[in-house]
Amino acid sequence: MKNALQLNSLGTMAIRILFAAVAAFPILFMLISSLKPDQQIFGDMSSVAAFLPIGNISFDNYAAVFDRVPAARFLVNSIGISAVTVVLGIFINSLCAFALSRMQVRGKRVVFTAILATLIVPFQTLALPLVWWVNQLPYFELNGFSLEISKGWLDTYQVQIIPFIANAFSIYLYHQYFESIPKELDEAARIDGAGWFKIYRQVVMPLAGPATATVAILTFLPAWNSYLWPLMVVQSEELRPVMIGIQYFFQLNVSWGEVMAYASLITVPVVVLFIAFQRSFINSIASSGVKG
Amino acid sequence: MNKRFTRILATSVAAAALLGTMGACSKGSSSASSESSKEITMWTHNAGNPAELKAIQDIVDSYNKSSSAKAQIKVQAFPQESYNDSVVSAAASGNLPCIVDIDGPNVPNWAWAKYLTPLNLSTDLSKNLPSTVAKWEDQTYAVGYYDVALAMMARASDLKAAGVRVATIEQPWTKDEFQDALTKLKALGKWDYPLDMGTAGTGEWLPYGYSPFLQSFGGDLINRDGFQSADGALNGDKAIEWAKWFHGLADQGFMATKSGKDSTQDFLNNKSAVLYTGSWAADKAKAAFGDDLVVMPTVDLGTGPKIGGASWQWGVTSGCKNADAAMDYLSFSLKPENLAAVATATGTIPATDDAAALIPAYAKGGANRVFMDFSRNYAVMRPETPAYPFIATEYGKAVQDILAGADPKTALDKAVKAIDANIKSNGGYKS
Repeated sequence: MKNALQLNSLGTMAIRILFAAVAAFPILFMLISSLKPDQQIFGDMSSVAAFLPIGNISFDNYAAVFDRVPAARFLVNSIGISAVTVVLGIFINSLCAFALSRMQVRGKRVVFTAILATLIVPFQTLALPLVWWVNQLPYFELNGFSLEISKGWLDTYQVQIIPFIANAFSIYLYHQYFESIPKELDEAARIDGAGWFKIYRQVVMPLAGPATATVAILTFLPAWNSYLWPLMVVQSEELRPVMIGIQYFFQLNVSWGEVMAYASLITVPVVVLFIAFQRSFINSIASSGVKG
Repeated sequence: MNKRFTRILATSVAAAALLGTMGACSKGSSSASSESSKEITMWTHNAGNPAELKAIQDIVDSYNKSSSAKAQIKVQAFPQESYNDSVVSAAASGNLPCIVDIDGPNVPNWAWAKYLTPLNLSTDLSKNLPSTVAKWEDQTYAVGYYDVALAMMARASDLKAAGVRVATIEQPWTKDEFQDALTKLKALGKWDYPLDMGTAGTGEWLPYGYSPFLQSFGGDLINRDGFQSADGALNGDKAIEWAKWFHGLADQGFMATKSGKDSTQDFLNNKSAVLYTGSWAADKAKAAFGDDLVVMPTVDLGTGPKIGGASWQWGVTSGCKNADAAMDYLSFSLKPENLAAVATATGTIPATDDAAALIPAYAKGGANRVFMDFSRNYAVMRPETPAYPFIATEYGKAVQDILAGADPKTALDKAVKAIDANIKSNGGYKS
């Protein structure tokens, strides 16, 4: 009986290792290839050497990446844009969800349904009208001591952030999570004299950690991976995010080592973020029954 | 918990403040919408091509420093793959810069869409390679510094070993000779496929690379009389003959249905005997093979060898507030020394003989002069119609289907049906 159990757990372990390998090998290949010259990448391709840091290993590709594109600037831009979108996204969407979940407002079901309905409209269909719209918005600029007002948000940081703060899926996720928090806690807080914002701040949000972690990841990923939108609204190189940079490598001679080095640079932050929030992310999925 | 949440909220406020700060000082320094009449913006597709970008920037710097400059030109570079999308979205939001570069065959579409205004330059363009001047409805909308030319490259030693003559501009290979050459080269047993036609290529390569063969057979992408239908041109007998011939090259084992990702590198590594490529590969091949390299015209499949004409060109947008300065800059940039500098940096064919005379390889008797001859003698402009981008996409799909073994007539009929429907739905693309 004991032997059978051991065999069973060994089998389970083997299957887990197999799945882990399938998921990890592309990333491993990318990281290892980023350290090799092109000739060696293709030479190692047909053997296990493709996944091993052996042969002519160096950081030359990384040095070349910073030569070929302003990678540091792109990274700083993407980190800034993603971080601000996430923080403001958590604040705005949780407030909205709180109102829909806790406040007794006439028509809130209709509002919630309307918010959810926006999920079925793909961004691509909205992109062009949105470009036109953001180009009509007023823009305030400090010029010395005078405040100048011009038209159009194109070619700015905020055009890459503000349209993506409010997010129907994040509102839905928070709403579902808030529904699982007993309303008796609100009532107790009310008896103690707390207002709506205090209940939100001191009762509900502290209990919504897993939902916040999930929203953070689900907001961060599209912000980090954003490609179409910055392509349409950003013209200055100094404002571009990392994803646009990958195209720089596909003009003229493609150096796959450099492509892998750049891909590694832009993948690692996402992997680190996921590992950091992994536990909360899984908890949130388990408790809200939502798949990301 | 309370403290934790307060921290989160404080971070939100800090983020909002940061956002404000970023917003206050981060507007692109020279976005097209904010360009003044004294500073005009120029967009180029060369962000991923440092050599060409530097050559362009040098011309701009030289103009900006000149006492006669009518405005300061500011360059903004985009990666080529996403350049057209950036232009189209800028046009949709009314945010186009004054000067743009454009892939030649797209000029009529951009002119029809009113992105471009006709050029009014002080430079005489009559001596330019015809393929470097883009016209639509009798007006010139764009002009290029250079062109590229398609050719066949091989090693003379391989041809000699197989008993195949070197094709020349006076006597290109005929269809039968080409078949014979490939048969003999394959018989040498040195290569899996003796011919590399770059069949892994995608996008514009498909019409640029393969429609000249269709035209050499006597077919075309569209009936050029009025550009209103592709029926008969793209699915007539000649076109079907072309499709069968093209698929036959793969069927007989002369070429792969999907070549390697880098055909030039494969040729340099002796993985193919004959490479169908462009003038851009010449310097690399010459460095590898020296005098053993032979550059030959493409095959005469009935109506003479044909190659695609037009590369990247420059135009002025219709919304430009200082079109006079933009035209002035373009006229300045077309000086022979500027054309020669760009052509040297990019390894391309300079647009004029005066510029060619400044580059030893393209001067009369120079090693690359042959490409200029190919361009003058064989270049066929891709159809000068606003429908071209759609035609190119449909033709590209048909090429891939034919290579994959689809029935030629069915594949080409499908393309014709789609093209004709597109032209009809756009009112014939009338101006």
